[in-house]
Amino acid sequence: MKPRSRTGRRLADRTARVVMIPAALIGLAVLAWILWEVVARGAGALGGSFFTELPTPPGMEGGGLGNAILGTLVITLLATVMGTPVGLLAGIYLAEFGTTSRLATAVRFTTNLLMGTPSIIIGIFVYALIVLRTGHFSGWAGAVALAILMLPVVLRTTEDMLNLVPDELRESALALGAPRWRATLTVVFRAAKTGLATGILLAVARVSGETAPLLFTALNSFYWPQSINEPTANLTVTIFNYAMSPYADWQQKAWGASLLITVGVLFVAVLSRFALKDRRSRTWSR
Amino acid sequence: MEETGARSDGHMAALVEPPSAVAMGRPGEVEDVTALPSKVSVRSLNFFYGTQQALYDNDIDIPEKRVTAVIGPSGCGKSTHIRVYNRIFELYRTHRAEGEVILDGVNVLSPDVDLIDLRKRVGMIFQRPTPFPMSIFDNIAYGLKLHYHISRGELSDRVQDALVRGALWEEVKDKLDEPATALSGGQQQRLCIARAIATEPELILMDEPCSAIDPVATAKIEDLIEVLRDQYTVVLVTHNMQQAARVSDFTAFFYKGYIVEFGATKQIFTNPARKETEDYITGRFG
Repeated sequence: MKPRSRTGRRLADRTARVVMIPAALIGLAVLAWILWEVVARGAGALGGSFFTELPTPPGMEGGGLGNAILGTLVITLLATVMGTPVGLLAGIYLAEFGTTSRLATAVRFTTNLLMGTPSIIIGIFVYALIVLRTGHFSGWAGAVALAILMLPVVLRTTEDMLNLVPDELRESALALGAPRWRATLTVVFRAAKTGLATGILLAVARVSGETAPLLFTALNSFYWPQSINEPTANLTVTIFNYAMSPYADWQQKAWGASLLITVGVLFVAVLSRFALKDRRSRTWSR
Repeated sequence: MEETGARSDGHMAALVEPPSAVAMGRPGEVEDVTALPSKVSVRSLNFFYGTQQALYDNDIDIPEKRVTAVIGPSGCGKSTHIRVYNRIFELYRTHRAEGEVILDGVNVLSPDVDLIDLRKRVGMIFQRPTPFPMSIFDNIAYGLKLHYHISRGELSDRVQDALVRGALWEEVKDKLDEPATALSGGQQQRLCIARAIATEPELILMDEPCSAIDPVATAKIEDLIEVLRDQYTVVLVTHNMQQAARVSDFTAFFYKGYIVEFGATKQIFTNPARKETEDYITGRFG
C-alpha cells in the first residue's frame, strides 16, 4: 500500500476553505447591511409618540403607529392562542400515538405541504372563507390566517421535540403503572417542555413578519382597534402602505415600523435560543 | 434443560472451573429450583420484532423471593424476555408475544389483564437511570399518587420510607425539592429503585441496572439487591457474570433466543450441564 499524497489533501482543504469562507461572509454581510439600513433609517422615527399616537393624515407631521403596534400584538396573540393548542395536540398524536399509522403519515405529509404553502395563498383562502362570508375585513380573519401559518411549525417542532425524549423515560412511567395519557403529560411533556416552548416562539417569530395574509384579512386602519371584528391596524400592512406612499414622513414611519418588527423577531429568536440552550444543558436527554 | 446431575468427568470439571474472579459469594446450599414456589411461570413464550423472531419456546419458573439472574451474550433475548413480564413491549406496535407468562396463577398476556394493576405489581429498572424531570420527592411520589389516594403527611412518610429502603435517604434528605436529574448516575439509579419499590411491587425486573454506572455505585446497587431479596422476587438481567455470581440465587443462560440452561447459580457457574453455558461462562464467547 502506498500512502496517499498529502499535497492533494491539503489542496482540497484549501479550496474548500476558499470557497466556503466567502459564502459565509456574504450571508453575514447581507444580514448586517439590512440591520444597518433599518437601524440607521428607522431609529429616528422611534420617539415616544410613535408608540402612543394615532397616524396623522398624509402631509401632516407627527403622530405615531400606536394602533398598528397594538393591533399586531392582539392579532399575533390571538393567532398563538388558536394555532398553538391544535399544533401541540397534533404533534403529540404524531409522536406518541400515531407514529407509523396511515393517518399519522397522511397528517405528516399534509403538514409538510402546508409548511411550504406561500402565505399569500393562506391569506386568499381565509379571505374566501371568512372575509367574503362576513362581508368585511377583520382582525379575527387575520388571526385565523396567522394561526394556519403557525400550525405546521408548532406541529413539526412538537413532534421532533417529543421524539428526542428517550423511550426509556416513557417506559419507566408506564412501568410504574401510569396510563399512556398521564405518562405523556406528566413525564414526556415535561422532559420536552423547553423544546416545545421554543417551537411556539419560533412560530410566533415566523408569523409576526407576515404581510400578505393580513393584507387579505385584517387589512389596515387609521384608528385604534375598537373591536376585533373590524379591519384592524397592524405593523406589516402599515409598512407596505407607508413605504409605497410618496410622503417622506410616512416612509420614515415605515422604516421605524420595520425596525420595531426586526427587533421584536430578533428578541423572540434570542429568547428561544436561550430556552434551547437551557434544554440542552439541564434536562434529561444528554 | 432440567439436567442437574453432577459430572464425574474430572477433565471436564477442570475445564469449566470459572475464572478466580468469579468468586462464589452466595452463602448457603444449592437449592433445588423445582422445590421452590414459583412467582412467574413462563410457558412456550415466543417473541417477534415484526417478522423477526427473538425468543423461541421459553419455559422457566422464577422462584419466589429469590434473585434470578438472566445472562447471555448481547442480542440473545435477555431483555426481550423480561420485557414481556410487565407487557412494556406493547408500547411498540410491531412487537408481539405468544405463549403464557403466568404471574401468581394468572396469564399476564391475556387481554383482560389490567395493565395498570399488572405494572403496579411488577416494577422495572432500566439500563440507563430514568429520573423524571421533576424533584426527587416528586419522583418517588409519582407512583404512589398514581395508585393511591394519599394524604400529604402519609405521602411524605412513604417517600422517606422508599428512599431509606433504596439506600438513598442519607444522601438526599436535605434536597428533596431539587431536580432528580442533578443527582449522579448511581444515585439516579438508586432513586429509580426507590421509586419502583415505593408502590410495593411483588416482582422487580432489572434490565442491566449497573451497565451505565461506575463500580462503586454498582457495589451499592448490589448491596441493595441483597436486601431486596427478602421481600421481593427479583429478576436481574446482566451481562456481567461476576455480578450474576455475586448476587443471584438462580441463573438462566440465554442463547440465540433459547433458554439453554436454568438452575442454581452455584451449579451453573461451577458445573454447567450444557456446552454453550460452559463456553460462555469461561469466556470463550460473548
